[in-house]
Amino acid sequence: MSEPQEPFPYPPIDPVNFDLIIVGTGLSESVIAAAASAVGKTILHLDPNSFYGSHFASLSLHDLTSYLTSPSSAPAAAASTDSDDVVCDLIRQPPCSDAEIAWLDESVFLRENSRKFSVDLGGPRALFSADRTVDLLVKSGAAQYLEFKGIDESFVYEANGGLANVPDSRGAIFRDKKLSLREKNQLMRFFKLVQQHLDDAQEEKISDEDLEIPFVSFLEKMKLPPKIKSILLYAIAMVDYDQDNNEACKDLLKTKDGIDCLAQYSSSVGRFPNAPGALLYPIYGEGELPQAFCRRAAVKGCIYVLRMPVISLLMDKVNGLYKGVRLASGQDVYSHQLILDPSFTIPSPLYLSPRDFPRERLQILSQRDIKGMVARGICITRSSIKPDVSNCSVVFPPRSLYPEQVTSIKALQIGSNLAVCPAGTFILYFSTLCNDADEGKKLLKSAMNALLTLPVSGNSESILSVQSDSEDIKPIVLWSAFYIQKLIMSKFELISSTPTPDGNLNYNDLLGATEKLFGQMYPNEEFFPKATSPEDPTDEDDNGLTLDS
Amino acid sequence: MHGRPRKALQEEDAAASAAKAEKLRSLQAQFLANHHNRTYSKEALDVSTKLLEVNPECYTAWNYRKLAVQHLLSNSDPDPHSIFHDELKLVESALRKNFKSYGAWHHRKWVLSKGHSSIDNEMRLLNGFQKADPRNFHAWNYRRFVAELMKRSDEDELKYTEEVIGANFSNYSAWHNRSVLLSNLLKRKAEGYFPKEKVLEEEFEHVHNAIFTDPDDQSGWFYHLWLIDQTVKTDAPLLVSSWPSHRSNITLIMDNGLHGCGLSLLNGTLSDTGTLPIILYFNQAVEGINTSTVTIESELLKEELVWKPLSMNKSNTAHVWVVYLNLGNMELQPSKTYYVEINIGHSKGIVSSNGNHYGAPSQISFKVVVQTAYTEPTEGHGGKRTTWKDTNFQKIDHFQESDSIVTADQNDLIPTTSNWCTEEIVEEITKFRDLLSEYDCKIGKLTLARLLTALDMLSSQHDGRKSNTEEVLQLYIDLMKLDPTHSLYYKDEHSLISLNWITSTRDSLLPYCHYYEDATETITGYVCLRLQNLSLSRMGSIENLLWVQMLDLSHNELRSIEGLEAMQLLSCLNLSHNKFGSFTALGPLRLLKSLKVLNISYNELGFHSIDTTRYLSSSPVVHTEEFAWDRFEILTGSINATKFWEAFLIFGSLALTELNITGNAVADENFRSFLVKVLPTLKWLDDEEIS
Repeated sequence: MSEPQEPFPYPPIDPVNFDLIIVGTGLSESVIAAAASAVGKTILHLDPNSFYGSHFASLSLHDLTSYLTSPSSAPAAAASTDSDDVVCDLIRQPPCSDAEIAWLDESVFLRENSRKFSVDLGGPRALFSADRTVDLLVKSGAAQYLEFKGIDESFVYEANGGLANVPDSRGAIFRDKKLSLREKNQLMRFFKLVQQHLDDAQEEKISDEDLEIPFVSFLEKMKLPPKIKSILLYAIAMVDYDQDNNEACKDLLKTKDGIDCLAQYSSSVGRFPNAPGALLYPIYGEGELPQAFCRRAAVKGCIYVLRMPVISLLMDKVNGLYKGVRLASGQDVYSHQLILDPSFTIPSPLYLSPRDFPRERLQILSQRDIKGMVARGICITRSSIKPDVSNCSVVFPPRSLYPEQVTSIKALQIGSNLAVCPAGTFILYFSTLCNDADEGKKLLKSAMNALLTLPVSGNSESILSVQSDSEDIKPIVLWSAFYIQKLIMSKFELISSTPTPDGNLNYNDLLGATEKLFGQMYPNEEFFPKATSPEDPTDEDDNGLTLDS
Repeated sequence: MHGRPRKALQEEDAAASAAKAEKLRSLQAQFLANHHNRTYSKEALDVSTKLLEVNPECYTAWNYRKLAVQHLLSNSDPDPHSIFHDELKLVESALRKNFKSYGAWHHRKWVLSKGHSSIDNEMRLLNGFQKADPRNFHAWNYRRFVAELMKRSDEDELKYTEEVIGANFSNYSAWHNRSVLLSNLLKRKAEGYFPKEKVLEEEFEHVHNAIFTDPDDQSGWFYHLWLIDQTVKTDAPLLVSSWPSHRSNITLIMDNGLHGCGLSLLNGTLSDTGTLPIILYFNQAVEGINTSTVTIESELLKEELVWKPLSMNKSNTAHVWVVYLNLGNMELQPSKTYYVEINIGHSKGIVSSNGNHYGAPSQISFKVVVQTAYTEPTEGHGGKRTTWKDTNFQKIDHFQESDSIVTADQNDLIPTTSNWCTEEIVEEITKFRDLLSEYDCKIGKLTLARLLTALDMLSSQHDGRKSNTEEVLQLYIDLMKLDPTHSLYYKDEHSLISLNWITSTRDSLLPYCHYYEDATETITGYVCLRLQNLSLSRMGSIENLLWVQMLDLSHNELRSIEGLEAMQLLSCLNLSHNKFGSFTALGPLRLLKSLKVLNISYNELGFHSIDTTRYLSSSPVVHTEEFAWDRFEILTGSINATKFWEAFLIFGSLALTELNITGNAVADENFRSFLVKVLPTLKWLDDEEIS
């Protein structure tokens, strides 16, 4: 803040007219940049930050700290009219709220190794081996810039039993040590029922009526015991809300959607020989994904400028239509369409008083569709939550932590073999949907407490006592962060905007919204037309995805 | 590797395979020329290499390679290491072409067994192949070979099977290897594998996970069956029953009629040869029954005895052994009691076919009493004719003292097994009832039936009860409907269980025992066991029927009478209205020296043009017996009757007096006249007296 004036010399941009200007390099923005450039659009892709990825970036510990705590830019100026355009200053919201960051370890290790960490902002997040994200990566050509590794194990947290492997395949059911024989039989039979339903050659199908009823009712109808129900709903279908709690449940999964989730999960297991489980994670972190799409876009001619804040919108004085943006460098650039990442908002029209300006237009611009909140937490430890397992996912089903827990909590532990942290350290991500920040933090903290030892700040004795008492020592947290993000949906308008990271573990919904947005912007264009790229060397496996073994 | 549908050949593939065939033909021709000329030059070897790389199935080429190796080794200054190394390399590339090639795997074994090559590489090779196809039994066979060669411990190999099964439990080969390894470890009581009970419990738990996870996958069940067997079985051979049975009284009738001193059993038609058989019935085939392993002490014993195995082939192991006491030329005193004591296994030598020694030495003692009786000689022996009509049989309300000949399950001979066996089987039954309540599957039902049978067998040793028979029978009836393809097997099992139930006690036998009353007979009629109309498809429980002299098995579905040869006292047998399709199926009759009366009417003899049982039978009569062509030709002479040679084999050694063969496709006039010649003793043929 000491040198607000031009910390970097802004480069002039030439040309100044584009088909599309995109602000922010989050996943959705990058995918649209790649998709639009693939169909020949001229694009200017800007990011005010010095790094790629926006809400989906992977950052060093220091960068992450300053990013999470960055203040919102004040609505400094109101709209003003200069020359032919109405100039309307943009407000940039901070990427999150209620951030709490704690450097719990007094040693200098973390500070010295800050750069060796690459921590995801939108975590926990992974890909199912068989989900559409993988298909999109291959189709778009972004896969050639990425390398993945399988998540070794998937766990579900049980109220009395701690972590149990998710019995997610025939082999896993066979090996499972916690299910009774009868439960093994019931679960496998249900998997077979689903397979049979999905197999076109089979006559026996789940009835249409059953497909429309809630999945939880269908599971009850199949006489599955609560334990199996919980595994299917929360650990495999990854449902967020307690399906047995009619009041709190905001999203009741239908049988047909449940079946689709199961199908995706089971076809993910064993799709790639090197990935034992259902999930994949990109080496160097999730921030690699938007970068890969940006590289695709750049190959097709998209122009990239980082560290380039956009300060104002330029609107036509007469009809109020969007014309372009004014950059921090003072330069005005113009385009037919504009996409803003979800951190940008437009000041309420009440503060704007340009005469004769169609006020309702700005009103629309300033309204965002907010669908609740997601609480995220990050912990760094020196040991794994499960001995001998480096990378794993954990689901805490509703009511597994305390009776009032109405949402499930997802967690992901990533170790140093994914090149996101120094050897011997682990990053754990947690997330859950919530109604307010307090609830969200309570949920995450109890999930963390179930797996980890959170030292009371400044009191090192408490750590020791925990260690000596408990039989299996829980990993001690060296560093932690909590933050809350509003769930902002994508929007297609005069000025379109992309969604914030959602509460899901994978990217399917986000990419679905992105594809939809692209379709609205370019109704006559195909989303990544199938074009073979001869310049791409294809030394990957059959699936076009590179997996590190 | 598995479950992939075969793709139809495309046109371009057809052209390619024609070209390949052409190439192969020329290689083959060159190779054969080299082989013929015993050329083992480098060029010649290269030809065989090429041939085997294209077609590893060419066994002749592998043999040629072996000859070539021997040739090269006989040269001056050979380098065995490099010679064998070339062979290993060739095998490896052949296996890459087809890793199910018997010839290639065998060649590799041959090379390694020569001992000039390092075996370190073999595990690496195997791991590659077994990763590509974890079920390939060639690789597993070879693995056992290499493990033995490397002296890899059974424990390590067992761990490997665990890994493979953990990855995918649908793997017969891996489960099988596990059973092989565990057998070894249990046998030598290796550390951690003793006591057997603990190990078996763990294995049951292991396999339950597979069975319950996917009951339709049969590999786990297959291992489970092995485990049940390990739980129930006793290694050492045991005596199951005998005739005469322990503590029985045998009454002999001395016939002082016109025919001189005939000797027969009370209540019986036996036996004008004047011999008394002693039959020993073991639970598994044994060898080494002779006068030193089995000693008989009795006044009745006057000469050296020769024990004979009752076996359909010429092997000297058998379930049943028989010896005949010759009483014909002895001066037996009427009303005197003769004691006979038999001691079995007091000296070593009785060994089962898998090398186990006879367990607990046992003793059988019985009494023989001689009575005199005078029977009115009938007008020529042929006047007496056996009829099987119901009116000739009289129900028995209760056995009389003199019927002590009737014995049932002699379970006092079998030492009781441990409680653990019973408990383990009971636990298994509970588990599978639970599974079946969740999921109805045929193999689950079959296993339950087998477990219940095993339980009955175990508990009958304690208290003689077979409380689960009804449920077991019902399970097999359900299975016949549920799984029609295997209904014959279920029917056989059903027959065995029914017979076991019927023969288990004297009381259960009673309803099936009748007195046969012949109008001409002066003394009480003898006991006939009537097992008609029971849908029997297979004979069993013969060990409980050694006493039977007259047996009616008519109106069943029998195709074979395997095991019947043990019934050495049998003189009248009714097999009419069954499903015998060939004379081969009647093979056991050849060993029934007392058989006089046989009814095989209304079967399917001669109905099938090709006798398939000849290939199925464990004892193909044809190959084991020296065929008396001379006699056959003299008998058949004018008639073109070579098609009767099977019948000749069966009847040629019997001395039947009555035979009924009507209602069979084979029974035409030619055949009848042939029979009359073959059986000079015959008095009645098809209810007609032979003049």
